[in-house]
Amino acid sequence: TARPCMLISSSVALDFVLIGRTSAFLLLHQARAERFFRSDHTNNWAVLVCTSRFWFNYRHVANTLSVYRSVKRLGIPDSHIVLMLADDMACNHRNPKPATVFSHKNMELNVYGDDVEVDYRGYEVTVENFLRVLTGRLPPSTPRSKRLLSDDHSNILIYLTGHGGNGFLKFQDSEEISNVELADAFEQMWQKRRYNELLFIIDTCQGASMYERFYSPNLMALASSQVGEDSLSHQPDLAIGVHLMDRYTFYLLEFLEDIHPASQANMNDLFKVCPKSQCVSTPGHRTDLFQRDPGSVLITDFFGSVRKVEITMETINLTVPGIPLERFGGEPHTETALAYVDQLPVAQIIHQKPKQKDWHPPDGFILGLWTLILLVFFRTYGIKHLKHIF
Amino acid sequence: MTARHPRTPAPLLVIGQRFLTQLLIGQRPRRTGSLWPSFHSRWPRWKWVSFLFILPRRRRSPRPQSGMKVRPVLSDPEKQRGRSAAVAIAALVIAAGIPLWWKTTETYRAWLPAARIGELEALQLELRVEVEVVFARGTLSPEQQKKVPASRMREQTYESCCKSKSLCLVEADHALHTLTETSCGSVVIYIIPEASALLPQDMRVYVGRSRTALLRSQVASVVGAGLPEVLAALDPQMEQVLQTMSFNHQDVTAALTDRLRPGLSTRDSLADSMRAFKSSPGYEITFSLLNPDPKHHQLHWDVEAALDAYIYPLLHKMAPVANFSVDSQILYYAVLGVNPRYDASASAYTLSADSLAHVINPVEARLGSNAASSNPVLNFLLYVPDSLHSPLIIRNDQKQEVASNAFHSPRWGGIMVYNVDGAYGNDTQFPVDIAIDMSRVMGVFLSQLRLMLGFQQTGAPPGFVLEAAGREGVAEWELDRLLWSRSVENVATASASITSLAQLLDQIANIVINDNIAQQVASAVTALQAAVAELEAGNLALALEHSREAISASERAFFDPSLLHLLYFPDDQKFAIYIPLFLPMCVPILLSLLKIFREVQQHRAEKRAKRD
Repeated sequence: TARPCMLISSSVALDFVLIGRTSAFLLLHQARAERFFRSDHTNNWAVLVCTSRFWFNYRHVANTLSVYRSVKRLGIPDSHIVLMLADDMACNHRNPKPATVFSHKNMELNVYGDDVEVDYRGYEVTVENFLRVLTGRLPPSTPRSKRLLSDDHSNILIYLTGHGGNGFLKFQDSEEISNVELADAFEQMWQKRRYNELLFIIDTCQGASMYERFYSPNLMALASSQVGEDSLSHQPDLAIGVHLMDRYTFYLLEFLEDIHPASQANMNDLFKVCPKSQCVSTPGHRTDLFQRDPGSVLITDFFGSVRKVEITMETINLTVPGIPLERFGGEPHTETALAYVDQLPVAQIIHQKPKQKDWHPPDGFILGLWTLILLVFFRTYGIKHLKHIF
Repeated sequence: MTARHPRTPAPLLVIGQRFLTQLLIGQRPRRTGSLWPSFHSRWPRWKWVSFLFILPRRRRSPRPQSGMKVRPVLSDPEKQRGRSAAVAIAALVIAAGIPLWWKTTETYRAWLPAARIGELEALQLELRVEVEVVFARGTLSPEQQKKVPASRMREQTYESCCKSKSLCLVEADHALHTLTETSCGSVVIYIIPEASALLPQDMRVYVGRSRTALLRSQVASVVGAGLPEVLAALDPQMEQVLQTMSFNHQDVTAALTDRLRPGLSTRDSLADSMRAFKSSPGYEITFSLLNPDPKHHQLHWDVEAALDAYIYPLLHKMAPVANFSVDSQILYYAVLGVNPRYDASASAYTLSADSLAHVINPVEARLGSNAASSNPVLNFLLYVPDSLHSPLIIRNDQKQEVASNAFHSPRWGGIMVYNVDGAYGNDTQFPVDIAIDMSRVMGVFLSQLRLMLGFQQTGAPPGFVLEAAGREGVAEWELDRLLWSRSVENVATASASITSLAQLLDQIANIVINDNIAQQVASAVTALQAAVAELEAGNLALALEHSREAISASERAFFDPSLLHLLYFPDDQKFAIYIPLFLPMCVPILLSLLKIFREVQQHRAEKRAKRD
């Protein structure tokens, strides 16, 4: 027999000419492939950050919670959302309606709801933690819900709101993140392919300065105001006493309330949200780093989670008649009937039947008490009664 | 605090402070045993002011007369001492201060093997497959047989009377498999004569469950029959066999998508790469039974036995690739998020292909996941429809029924709908005990699991017969295919990580590089080079091991929490920090040096003038 060795070498930098396949079911393959390739992503993530604390910044928390609510409604599960709120408004001492955060005046819409899952709260919302979440450099003890476990086919939505200026965003009234740091963080995400496409929305004053420095591919950015302009808040509520929402996010929420998971609205509609007449500031956007045409990008590509689904055509026939099921390693264990431990001894609590108590001889207290009573009796009425007792 | 007269002697300051404290807090002090009398008891406040003029004051220098400029007159030795003092201080600052400041404000950066990392950028991968070609009797003519150097001759007669062709093939394959020892990654091709009845008429190649292939070909007719000519004649067919069994160009480009420009891979391979999980050190698999109707259906599924019998063999075979952790759960009152439509023609409820995409999200909120690890999770759901919506069938795009009644989502898992309406009639007593047929269920889950793990649905090229994997879950050559693409992917990802990490650390001079990071980078580079060497030598198992080491070390180095770059200091901020510290110190030194320099120059000029 001969023993030739076949060498197949492939070099990374060269261009290869691809051989086309002419198999019979190419057409079916193509139809399936078409649906796949409308977009490249298989899962969706959202990172929603509110960076300001104190009661008068209620509107920033309401902004973030309203985006959270839309994103959840459109399908992204809590396990894929990292929600960072710098302060607790719903249970704030100054909240006249506790456990609620309203986004419309006259308390029309409570965005706090029943199942809000906040991952980073209070003083955990820092620039360092935010950058750690984005770049993935978290300590090993961090639980899964606090991590951004995206892969190279994830579309990520990042929403920031708070107080900002030209080139920075203020965190917690004590530190700030600059646009250069943010751009570097996104570049590190791209180097490790932690996202397929990323939508960055920011609602602060001079928000457009934050996306000026981006240089990684597949980024689309929206901001509520240009450099030199202030983003304004929308409506104060007289009962609660603070402004409830910012204008841009208010109209964004209104727009998103009309979107449902099967909607075909695209990004060009999103760019038209809140024109200058409504917002007073000029919203801006940046799409030069994005590869696809914004008109072909659906809103649900980022805000919702529409999964790609394939029908399972091939199955493996495991039903071979007559052959018993073999055990792979380990002896078969006998089934023991399992029962729960009595968590709540209801009988004892409700006292349906008097419990049988064992008889104990009277203890010292009873004896002493009776002795005292007898002594008092005989002292009062005289010792002569004693002989009648005994 | 107080506006102090510059010539006030020190003890008056004590009184002054007590005076002011009383003014500020408006209290009368208690009589204490202090040296100085409390002035509330003695004199009123204004009288204390007169002390300012009574107590002696020291005069340091003679009172200047009006109109005269005050400048201390120094004698020559004093000037010289002054000059040498200034020069000495300047020398100290420059010689000792600047190096000390530089050293103490340095960040610790451990040494990284930059040269070897630079080599990684231009990575050339060579993949070598060991192929053993065995000629059966009757394929070579007698002259060829004489000319072909026989490295091994084996006489083995295999006789059996087989009734059906397919079983015959399987038995033959199994017998041949026991003949040769095949290591991971190698391929054995048996050439059988053209006239052999083992393969059906139109099939030329049969690929078995282990790493062997039967190729039917006529070699005796080749002219000039030496070994190279014989092999050249067989080359195109063997290449096709190898592309099916080991790897082809599309597999390699799909595995290298990280480092290649986008657009080079075909859409099919892109679909495959989107479907399968990326290489990860571990995976978690969760099997869930969804019972929306426990009042009517009491379901029993023996999932442990089924996992033992069908899934664990596959996972044990995949042990060199990744760690797996499997768990199972039962969810009650879990409904699909979509309302199925009743189809009278089929007398069943149907789910169309479009609505399937919206089924997963509502369910996913109720599925838990293991919070302890960050590994990707595969979910396999078995949904038993409630009695009101039974039977539930899935329709594809062409409105046809799907045989498996199951669908899967890339990188997530699969869902199978299991109808139990046939198990009971209308007037049984509810709840009905139903035992689920796990072999049918596991057949579907196993095929979905194979897709998720990266075993592609390759269509067989024309003329090929690919033996189905059956109960073992995966054939050995399929596993080899996966190992090839995984090794290449691991090598590509690890080298991309290392090079980008080195670039990042280079660019940002402020990041501290600890020793453990440098060690991990070094071990990753070593493991990478070992993996590339093993791939060149053809040892697939060792190559995979090294590539796994490389990728885990590189990921740990890249994602180390200490590498956070929060030290973004723009240059103007650096000036703002250092100027208030150093400017007050440096300006007198510089000015005095300048003055000394000017005086020396003047002195020299005078000397020159005197000489002339």
